Amino acid sequence: MESRQLLLAGAKKSLPIVLGYLPLGFAYGALASIAGISLPLIVMMSLLVFAGSAQFISVSMLAAGAGSLSIVATVFLVNLRHLLMSASLATYLPQFPRKFLPLLAFWLTDENYAVACCEFRESEKNHLYMLGLFGTAYGGWVAGSALGGMLGGFFTSPSALITMEYALYAMFIFLLVIQCTERKLLFAACISGVLSLLFYLTIPGSWYIMLAAVCTATMGVMAEKWMS
Amino acid sequence: MDELIILIFAMAAVTYLPRFLPMYVLARMEIPRVLILWLRYIPIAVLAALIVPGVTTVERQVYLTWGNSYFFASIIAFLVAWRSKNMMLTVTVGMGVVLLLQSFPLS
Repeated sequence: MESRQLLLAGAKKSLPIVLGYLPLGFAYGALASIAGISLPLIVMMSLLVFAGSAQFISVSMLAAGAGSLSIVATVFLVNLRHLLMSASLATYLPQFPRKFLPLLAFWLTDENYAVACCEFRESEKNHLYMLGLFGTAYGGWVAGSALGGMLGGFFTSPSALITMEYALYAMFIFLLVIQCTERKLLFAACISGVLSLLFYLTIPGSWYIMLAAVCTATMGVMAEKWMS
Repeated sequence: MDELIILIFAMAAVTYLPRFLPMYVLARMEIPRVLILWLRYIPIAVLAALIVPGVTTVERQVYLTWGNSYFFASIIAFLVAWRSKNMMLTVTVGMGVVLLLQSFPLS
C-alpha cells in the first residue's frame, strides 16, 4: 500500500475514538470557557497536553482557584498511568523508524493505546497506519475542544453528551472481548476488573488503573511460571 | 494570562514524559523475556481496569440501578461484542441503550 492509503486505513480505525472524543472535548471546552479561559488557550491546552482527564481536572482546579504548582503535580500523577502503556507499546515497536516515536508517544492516550494494542496483536502494523490512527483521534479531540469553547456557553444537552461519551466504553468493551482469546487472559481481565474497582473505591486519585494492571500482570507471570 | 500559558506548557511537559520515556528506553534495548511476558498482560488488565469502575460507579460509589445507564449498556455491549465481533455494531448498540435509558428513565 502507498503511504496515503496507510494513513487513511489508520484514520478509519479511529472512528469510534473520534465519536467519543468530540463530545468529551466539547464538554472540556465548554467547562473551560465557563471557567473564564479564552478560546485560544482552551485550544492550545488540547493541542499541547492532549489528555482528557488531566484537562478536565486542571479546569476545575483553575475554577476553584488552585495554585499552578498543585495543578501541575496533579496532572503529573493523573497521567503517570501512561508509563505502563508506553512500556507495553514499546514491545511492538522495534521495527518502527525511530524518528516517529516522539510523535507516537505524544499521542498516547488510553483510547489510542487500547486500539493500537489490538491492531498490533492482529498483525504487524506500519508506522504510517499508526500515525493515521493516532493523529485522527487527536484531530477529533482538538476540534471538539474548539467547538466546546465557542458554543459551550449556549448549547448543552447533557443526555446527548452522556450518550456520545459512552462510545469510548463500548469501544473498550469490544477491544477487551476480542483480546480475551485464551483462558488465562480472561482470568486476568476478571482479576484486574475486580482489583481496579476495589482500588477505585478505597484509594483517592487515579492510581487504581496502574495498581490493578501491575498486580494482575505480576500474578499472571507468577502463575505461568508456577504452572510450567 | 501569561501565567496560564506557562501552566499549559508545564502540564504538557509532565504529561509527555511518562508517555515518551518508557517507549524510548525500551525500544532501543533487548527487553528481557520475563518483562515481555509481563507486559503482554498489560493491555487486557488496563482495559478491564478502565471499564469496571467506569460503568459500575457514579461519583465513586457502586451504583447498579436503572439510573446507571452505562452499566446496562455495558452488559448489552458485552454480549454484542462477543457474538458479533463487530466494533461499530457494539458501539452503536451500546450508545442506543444509553440514549434509550436517558430518554425514558425506568426508575
